[in-house]
Parts: sequence; structure tokens; C-alpha cells
Amino acid sequence: MIHFENITKVFDAKSKETKALDDVSLHVKKGTIFGVIGYSGAGKSTLVRMANLLEKPTTGKVYFKGTDLTTLSMSKLQEARRNMGMIFQSFNLLKTGTVYENIANPLKLTGVPKKEIQARVAKYLEIVGLQDKANAYPAKLSGGQKQRVAIARALAHEPEVLLCDEATSALDPDTTDAILSLLDRINQELGITILLITHEMNVVQNICHEVAVMDNGRIIEQGKVIDVFAQPKTKTAKRFVQSLFNDSVPEQLVNSLEGSGQIVTLSFVGESSGKPALAMVTKQFDVYPSILSGNIAQLKDQPFGRLVVHLQGNATETQKAISYLIELGVIVEGYKKGGKQHVS
Amino acid sequence: MSASISDFFENWGPDIWEALIQTFQMVGIALAISILIGLPLGVLLTLSGSGKALENKFLHQILNLVINMIRSIPFIILLFFILPFTKFIAGTTIGVSGVIAPLVIYTAPYIARLMESSLLEVDRGVIEAYEAMGIKTRHIIWHVLIRESRSSIILGLTIATIGLIGATAMAGLVGAGGLGDLAYRFGHLRYQADVMYVTVFILIILVQGIQTFGNLISAKLKKD
Repeated sequence: MIHFENITKVFDAKSKETKALDDVSLHVKKGTIFGVIGYSGAGKSTLVRMANLLEKPTTGKVYFKGTDLTTLSMSKLQEARRNMGMIFQSFNLLKTGTVYENIANPLKLTGVPKKEIQARVAKYLEIVGLQDKANAYPAKLSGGQKQRVAIARALAHEPEVLLCDEATSALDPDTTDAILSLLDRINQELGITILLITHEMNVVQNICHEVAVMDNGRIIEQGKVIDVFAQPKTKTAKRFVQSLFNDSVPEQLVNSLEGSGQIVTLSFVGESSGKPALAMVTKQFDVYPSILSGNIAQLKDQPFGRLVVHLQGNATETQKAISYLIELGVIVEGYKKGGKQHVS
Repeated sequence: MSASISDFFENWGPDIWEALIQTFQMVGIALAISILIGLPLGVLLTLSGSGKALENKFLHQILNLVINMIRSIPFIILLFFILPFTKFIAGTTIGVSGVIAPLVIYTAPYIARLMESSLLEVDRGVIEAYEAMGIKTRHIIWHVLIRESRSSIILGLTIATIGLIGATAMAGLVGAGGLGDLAYRFGHLRYQADVMYVTVFILIILVQGIQTFGNLISAKLKKD
């Protein structure tokens, strides 16, 4: 649906050039929710604004439904943009217009017939749950309501793609959850492909199918959300996973346990999260696991759990127990102070 | 006392009325034309700035230069300085029609500047949202830029109108009449203080009224 090919973007301020994007390639499949996560300054905002060419790449190509947008004339580009909705962190509504006008005016300006406009405004206000606010001005709405209006405004053009530029970053946690489930519903019921950027891992956790991690203008890691969660490869990805699963154990405790066995991190993905793996280990091997920290969370379609466990027992029995856990589909990593280390 | 007031109005009423009408004519016509020139000029000035939709460094600097040049000239000098131009445009350099051209040249750049400061207040994000929806620049100008800044534009026009009233006072020098002219010729040159006081009083009421009216409309258009 959207395809970035070797995108580079250089901003040249007065004396020095900054590379906001450095050879970025990305493919967003039709019907998916694709998340791009990164810290501020990573270049993710520039990337999402490339999708509809609000920002033009220095080199590289942006394909939308097979057409290279960078080659289009302004009027052709404007036509293409009508097929891609966009919502923003700061909502960007007309202050001088009612909710109705905010949704209806852009439709009018893009040549939608008058009769149809009324029907569409009504339809999409219902989808976002603001039927009773049609005549309110944005100043009278809460942040969550404003973002709903912005979503309705974007959807009213009946686009195939919705671009979200930090759409939940200005909202409180409850409102964020409500907006996320709305986006999820839009994706499922209307079949709209969503490309979103965020710095919050819970956004990725809740609704994304795929995720790309950005750092310093580059995509450093990319894949299914579950894979990135279970086995983050880069430091940045690990830090993002840590932000949701804080599994650090007090150092003193780790030191005191080090002599009497191994400390490991167990990640349970999908199937394996349902099995009483630790109980089975205790029964079959001469090891005594004790749980030092534990988390379980629901990813978009499957649960994901992580335990830090101290396995007390002799080396051979512990090794057998670990092999058994790996057989069960549990991902086992050695615990290392201030980070994790893989054991084989 | 009451007799002297009615005497005064019997003597001066028609003259004051005529001067008031002349002031209204000058302000009304000059303001209308100045808006027609100043508003698009302000839009052009804003949009040709760096990072804007119609970025054009050369045009932007030329506009800046011309507007600053005209705005540096006091009206009374401008009035005589452009006499040949006025003659060419209006066919005359005297009377109400002889003063419209200088009033417009004086006011339009001022309005353009006021427009610029109003338009620059519009949130960049909203403009971007409209660009992202594939809406044409000319539609964005009217339906976002001007719409969103209309409250501030009205306040600007109020300021410009009051400035214009001040300028019309000097129009008497080319025989265009008006309240300022009346106060100067009779009140000052002929030592008829009462005419001066009444004229000044009318001008105060006029300016107060316009400012109040402008504030009211502006507040009504503001929705946040």
C-alpha cells in the first residue's frame, strides 16, 4: 500500500546539514496497522510526513498503491492525498468552525456533492461517537473529543490509508486507550491501512501488527510486534520493551543469589504462555525456581509474558531444565545486571 | 444657553453635516479600495515568506521594501508628492475624488502589514492538515488562513479605519473638505473655538464608536 524506497532527507539549516532520514526503506501492507517507534529526533515524524509528501525526500521514492508520488504534478498529488487521511498530535482543527463545519468544509472543497456531505458527516460522527457535538466549537471539547473530530474529518474522505502523527501523545492514558481502540476498530471494520508513529510502546503493543524501530534517521529493527517484543535485537528496541516490562531485579538480590544457581529471563509467546512451564520443570528436574519479577501483557492478538527466574540447583540439572523450557517454546535468556545476555 | 446652542446649530449645522458626509465619503471609499488592495497584498506578503506556500524570496523582499518605503512618508507629504499620479488616476487633484488616490496609497500598505501580522498568527498545523487533505492553496487561503484570522483582521481594519480618519483631516489642503478641514479653517484660522470643540467632539464619538464596533465584531467572530 505504502512503500518507501531508500529515502534520505537532509535539512540544511544555516551552517550545518542534518540527516533526518538516512536510507530508509519500509513497506506497509494493505490492511495492516504499522507502527514506527523512536525517541524524539529519530526522524519518525519526518517519515510519516513523507507518506503524503508533506515533506519531500532529498533522494528516494515514495510509492502509494504502486504510483511514485515524487513524480506527480501538484494537482495529481492533491488527488492522491485525498486517499490518505491524516491525524496529528495537536488535532489541527479550525477554531472558528463547529464540529460539523470542521468535517464538512474540506469535503465541500474537494467537490463532494452537498447531499452526500450531510450523510457522511452524520455517518462518521457516529463512528467516532460524537453525534451530539455537531454544533459545538473545538474550544468546548476535550483533547480526546478533538482527536475524534480529527479522525472523523480524515475518515469522511473515505481514504484507504490513515496516517497518524503522534496522534495520542497529547492525551491522557485513558483517552489514549479509547482512541487506540477506535483506530483498531477503523482498521478492522473499514479495512483502512494505518501507518502510525509514536514514542509510546503501549501504542505499538495495543494495536500494531508490525513495528519498525527508528534511531538517528535509520530503521534499526523491523518485524512483527510479537517478535520484536520477544527478542528485541537492538539497544533502542530493548529499552522500549523495558519501558513496558520493567524486569530489572535489585542488584543486591542478584548478587546474593549468584552463587546458588542461574538467573534467567523467560519470555512466553502465544502458545507457550498458556503452559504451566515452571511447575513442569520443578516436577521433572531437581531445580527450585523462584520468580524474581514477572509481567504479562496482551499484544494485539496474543498474550506475551516475561519472567525473571532464579533456578536453584546444580549445573547439569539447571541446564536440562533450560533445554526443556526451550523445547516448550519458551525463549530463555541469561539475566545480566543492567541488561540481558543470551544463553545457549 | 439653550438659545445659543440652537443658534450655533442654525449657523453651523449644515456645514458640519456636509463635512461629516465628506469625511464618511473619503473614509468609506478609500477604505473599500484599500481593503481590496491591502488584503491580497497582505496575503501575498505572508505567503511569499520563507517556508510558506508560495515562498519567493525576491517577491517577498520587493513587497517589504515597497511597503516600508510608502509607510515612511507622512501623509501630508505623500498628498503632494503623488499629485501627478493622482491627476492621472482620478483626472483631478482636488475635492473628494482628488484625495482618494493618496488615501488609498497611504492606507493599503498599512492594511497589508496589519494583515500580515494577523495571518502569521494562524496555526501552521491547520494549514498542514488541509494540505494533507489535498485541498488547493487558493482554497486554503480563504477557508483557513483568512477564516481563522478574521477576528484579528477585523481589529486590524478597525485600527486602519481610525488611522484613515486622521489622514482625511489633511485632505482639506486639496479642498476635499471633511471634519478636520472644518476644524482647521474655521476653528483655528478664524478663531471660532466652538466650531473646533464641536468637530473634535464629533471625531471623538466617531472613533469611539468605530473601535467599540470593531471590538464587538471581533469578539463575536472569535470562537476560542
